[in-house]
Amino acid sequence: MKKRVVITGLGVVSPNGVGISAFSEAIKKGVSGIEFLPELRDLKFSCQLGASPKISEEKRREYLSELQLRNFDSSGILYGVIAGMDALKDAQITSAKPDDAPHWDLGIIFGTGISGVDKFREAIHKIDDRNVRRLGSTSVAQTMTSGISAYLGGLIGAGNMVTANSSACATGTEALLMGYEHIANGKAKYMLCGSTSDSGPYIWGGFDAMKVTTYKYNDTPTEVAGPMSADASGFVPGSGAGAYLLESLESARERGATIYAEILGGAINNGGQRGGGSMTAPNSIAVQRCIAEALSNANVGGDEIDYINGHLTATIKDPDEIENWSISLNRKGKNFPHINSLKGMVGHCLAASGSIEIVSAILQLHEGFIFPNVNCENLHPKIASLVASEKISMKTQKTSLQTIAKASFGFGDVNACAIFKKI
Amino acid sequence: MTSEEIYSKLEPIIKTYLPEDVSAKEVNRKSDLTRELNINSAHLVDIVLDIEDVFNIEFKNEDMERLRNVNDAISLIQQKTSA
Repeated sequence: MKKRVVITGLGVVSPNGVGISAFSEAIKKGVSGIEFLPELRDLKFSCQLGASPKISEEKRREYLSELQLRNFDSSGILYGVIAGMDALKDAQITSAKPDDAPHWDLGIIFGTGISGVDKFREAIHKIDDRNVRRLGSTSVAQTMTSGISAYLGGLIGAGNMVTANSSACATGTEALLMGYEHIANGKAKYMLCGSTSDSGPYIWGGFDAMKVTTYKYNDTPTEVAGPMSADASGFVPGSGAGAYLLESLESARERGATIYAEILGGAINNGGQRGGGSMTAPNSIAVQRCIAEALSNANVGGDEIDYINGHLTATIKDPDEIENWSISLNRKGKNFPHINSLKGMVGHCLAASGSIEIVSAILQLHEGFIFPNVNCENLHPKIASLVASEKISMKTQKTSLQTIAKASFGFGDVNACAIFKKI
Repeated sequence: MTSEEIYSKLEPIIKTYLPEDVSAKEVNRKSDLTRELNINSAHLVDIVLDIEDVFNIEFKNEDMERLRNVNDAISLIQQKTSA
């Protein structure tokens, strides 16, 4: 018998709001974190817009000691630490004290695409200057993929599995589902899950070169055509972190913890880079299977989904995603669930996109609202033929939600879909 | 440079790397850096880099092996600054 799993803590470091209350406020108001970055202009980027969280020096010191901040240059680890520790605190779980035993029943699955690119760049310069010895002790911990889970593990004293998953833009959703399985199978009581992604030109450059970002709005960052828009011409790169504390239902009830939502189940699969799928494009059959398997795993019918938090990146793939949802749920027109995409406000936060978006989805479920789709007035005609326009709201709506779906897709043809329910 | 002069420059470097639960007052010349002051052994390389910057010297791999306590550091620095 599998254990039921719930979410009892949230944390977020988003380009449009750091901390749950600021973020919740921002998404209700449709506040954008997208801005023009002179640094990208000077480096001759096509897309000179970006979306990064603003973290004060004071805030950094709240979470990391002076010694930890010495020679520290990994924005992703900073974001992940803030989001992760906030989620723990939100769930009212305290770190093990230095002389205590570790929390044997608390594990961490916190992923990223790549860690500490700025730190790695510094290391590469030193090595090329034949000065490898000058790297000191801080290079490895900040540049290893598991840097973020290792930092959190040490701060918390986690004694269960502590690891970092990596599946491109599906990383955050995958982390949630891996943590869910771990608790459902009785291997841990608590799992801190989430994902993080660095800021800056060295993480964003490759996407700029691939022309998947937009070059059309450098002078008008408030007008970037959002996901599902007919004018969508690519995404704005973003960064940040999202985190959730997963817990068995019995433990949460025993503690009297606030329960944001139950994770009913989900699915992770891969299109095999076959059937139209490739390193960069999804195999639609695989996406449909992933959604269908998630519903079946959650024991939920397609007709029960009230709301979809889409992956929807503001690229030419948005209409395909909508079609895949429509086929998998067997719903269209006015019968299609409410749907939105956070990427209109925060850009595409890459490895952190899934986790920041899951936090946004859980807040909507918990508080009963749907945030607005930003700059999507001119709906893509193929999408308009599948979904009634009132289901793609441009305004914040207050509405009670019961069962919702979140999916993320990523390079490597990876798919992940999770189903949540209010309890 | 006298050993007092060296110690006065060395002490703040070492204090930077003390774990939060070790008081700066516990640092003295006989303190074993990792065993008594509980400094993470990975930080020994950072202490050496800081010493190199402050005293404008360079440590070799063999020097690192001799570095156990504060006095070891002082004598290594003395050797290198007088050479």
